[in-house]
Amino acid sequence: MPRSSKPILGKTKLKAQDTEHLLSLSIPQLLRWRVEASGDKAALREKDFGRWISYSWDQYYDFTRKTGLGLRQIGFSKDDKIAIISDNIPEVLYVAIGAQALGGISAGIYQTTLPDEIGQIIDSLDVTVVFCNDQEQVDKVIEVRERIPNVKKVIYEDNRGMRNYQSDDWFMFIDDLYELGEQAHQKDPNLFENLVDETKPDDVCHLCLTSGTTGLPKGAMLTHRNYINMGLQLTEEDPLDPTDEYVSFLPFAWIGEQMNSFGVAMATGIAVNFPESVETAMSDLKEIGPHFMFGAPRIYETIRSQIWLKIDESYWLNKLCYNYFMKIGEQAARYRMTGEKMPISLRLKAWVGRQVMFRPLINQIGFLRLRRAYTGGAALGPELFTFYQALGVNLKQIYGQTEIVGIAYMHRDGDVRPDTVGKPLPWTECRISEKGEILSRSDSVTPGYYKLPEKTAELLEDGWLHSGDAGYIDANGHLVVIDRVSDVMHNNKGEMFSPMFIENRLKFSPYIKEAVVFGDQKDYVAALINVDPIVVGKWAEDRGISFSTFMDLSAKSQVAELIYEEIAKINQNAEKPHFKIHRFAILYKLLDVDDGELTKTGKIRRKFVREKYADLYEALYDEAVSEKTVEAFYQYQDGQTTTVQTKLQFYTMEED
Amino acid sequence: MTNLNVSDVTLTFGGLHALSSVNLEIQNEMITSVIGPNGAGKTSLLNCISGFYHPNSGEIHYGAHRLTKASPHNVSTIGIARAFQNLELFRGLSVLDNLMLARHQKLRYNLMNAFLFIGKASRVEAENRAHVEAVIDFMELEPYRKQVVGNLSYGVQKRVEVARALTLAPALILLDEPMAGMNIEEKEDIVRFILDIKNEWDITVVLVEHDLGVVMDISDYIYVLDFGEVIGSGSPEEVASNAKVIEAYIGED
Repeated sequence: MPRSSKPILGKTKLKAQDTEHLLSLSIPQLLRWRVEASGDKAALREKDFGRWISYSWDQYYDFTRKTGLGLRQIGFSKDDKIAIISDNIPEVLYVAIGAQALGGISAGIYQTTLPDEIGQIIDSLDVTVVFCNDQEQVDKVIEVRERIPNVKKVIYEDNRGMRNYQSDDWFMFIDDLYELGEQAHQKDPNLFENLVDETKPDDVCHLCLTSGTTGLPKGAMLTHRNYINMGLQLTEEDPLDPTDEYVSFLPFAWIGEQMNSFGVAMATGIAVNFPESVETAMSDLKEIGPHFMFGAPRIYETIRSQIWLKIDESYWLNKLCYNYFMKIGEQAARYRMTGEKMPISLRLKAWVGRQVMFRPLINQIGFLRLRRAYTGGAALGPELFTFYQALGVNLKQIYGQTEIVGIAYMHRDGDVRPDTVGKPLPWTECRISEKGEILSRSDSVTPGYYKLPEKTAELLEDGWLHSGDAGYIDANGHLVVIDRVSDVMHNNKGEMFSPMFIENRLKFSPYIKEAVVFGDQKDYVAALINVDPIVVGKWAEDRGISFSTFMDLSAKSQVAELIYEEIAKINQNAEKPHFKIHRFAILYKLLDVDDGELTKTGKIRRKFVREKYADLYEALYDEAVSEKTVEAFYQYQDGQTTTVQTKLQFYTMEED
Repeated sequence: MTNLNVSDVTLTFGGLHALSSVNLEIQNEMITSVIGPNGAGKTSLLNCISGFYHPNSGEIHYGAHRLTKASPHNVSTIGIARAFQNLELFRGLSVLDNLMLARHQKLRYNLMNAFLFIGKASRVEAENRAHVEAVIDFMELEPYRKQVVGNLSYGVQKRVEVARALTLAPALILLDEPMAGMNIEEKEDIVRFILDIKNEWDITVVLVEHDLGVVMDISDYIYVLDFGEVIGSGSPEEVASNAKVIEAYIGED
């Protein structure tokens, strides 16, 4: 394969001896090593009946042994698969690692999956044993029982409501499984140790479902080494103490949770805390006060809204202090995120703000002890990074695919740039292919998809993982993710850009509701703009600009000036010159789902829009045209149609 | 077997016969429902059982206990708890406090212990809390444990009301319209709780309910009241085909 860019390496530090040793172990072997190292330290904690109940590494291993040997007694053996459909409880780890100790493979299924799909997944992954946490999940498996003849047993953790199932030996209560395992252990105390000895770090230990855009999810095969290496890579850069705490509230089926409960917890020996229920996760988080947290952007958005709400309800002095110190905090955050030295006066003010305002505030949400918070899975708005950094929460972006155990790139402390996803993790290589695709290589890359050799061949090339995402490395050595490779466009010089990326930039402006960007195989990028009828309407009223309809408002020259200024600002901040919008026009009608211009989920149907407004598209790429009369075609809800003639202005941006 | 027997009970308010010669036998570890149109005397019947009203004539026995003239607190100490139709909770207290308070009759320590929180007091309180937590877990109230009852949605308050009755560790629970005013999802939840109360905790359930669909689905035995009289009884199928019952509900054709 031709190399279009020089590979860059995250960090070339000699691996410590410890690291080398950990990488030579499988997950069950590492668990045993933890027992030897710190057997009586808390490894897991679970909130039940209103109390936090701790389990030491010793107990963790005991339960894993009971589960593993119990599974062996019911006929589960090497290379068999066990599906786990459960809320996060310690038993999930006992079952997964117990199965892995036998050379078996665990697989997580989302708790929200519908019975039909559960049946298909179980069938396609050749699952022989299913673990469910409660009756709700068991009932879904029962619904598809006919279609999964290979499943020998369904094990459940909560026996509530299971009374009527006890006569059927297809079902098994987990305590009975422990009992079987204990008996087997009494008979042959070395049995489990021998089984654990036989596991190898390069064996596949878990199948992680990755959502396919079409059809069934694929099962990415992940090895023991994949997970342990990921944990070591992350904590090489962001070290954790073994006494640190983590709260497990992400769905186990998602790589984001396995990263932490298999990878990081095993590699560092931190304690994993399980909330009482899904609904109580946030209040349990507050009780634990974790040192390390990972979540999707939604979580951070929700917490910010809650803070805003609480501040809004607070009394005036609090509000005053908050607003003042928030401004200081945001200024300080800008220095902190870029690692620049802060002026002494600002540092003093920021310190006071932190002591009197933000430490008490983040203590209320349980973030006080947080060393680092990570966000991944989707992009997070830049203002959220500034917000959290201003509060003193070290929020950082990570980026990676399930196929590389969820993380390959990360912001470094003191180098948090909201528009990038950071630098490669230590011992991770990054390359941009000729097509502009992001490729990564490390010990955490999956050996492939389960039973899908063709998909695997598309995914992997010489150990390089194809992300399917287009991106580039910026001047600071940070990776910038633009869009899916299939969605990017190239201008006629062959330079790549993402229309969605630019459209999102435009839509950050409060005055722009919708934007459609063109420029595939053209000289420059051009855009059709929908102004926001409410915000721009208000803006016009405030300035005494009278208008009748949306069409009238859109045609106002003052509105055009407003949008011109907005686009000029966006152009100024464009990462690359060819991202700049050169020409635009303001569309006379709002893009609408009913007119087929948007998909049901609100995405632009670019091709359709281009064909429908072909005359506008042509004018956008003919710089001689500054005004064009077009026929606007309307279809009312009752099916009547009408045609209106309107003049549309085209604007060319002045180069700065 | 500690069955609940209501024999020949008549209750009058002035000239109004709320109940006239009502006979019921509530079997142990079953869900028995009492249905009937508005004003049929269902709640009056529950009030007689739980000691709020005393019948003018007739007898109520629960096993060896005579409830005919018993006071409400006597009734609750022998293992009959009641969840009220109109929530009888302390709206200003948290869910946890409401439930802990419901256990007050199980508290057996003196004032000295209570003030210093030593000896029996701390032990008994810990036991109570453990029991209350079991109920919270059972009724899935964990997210609301520390929240003030008045701030909770109606559906959740109803669940707290049932939980409050359960904290007394009753052998028999009287549920007065636990599903009134609920949406379909909340109803489904409550139905599962009622079935689990019977199956998991072996508690006899007496259910007064308007939602006939639910009653027909989950009851083992049904009594139908109309104008203070029992006009029919039997299994859900029997009741559904009883001409008198159909008439009371739908009217004459």
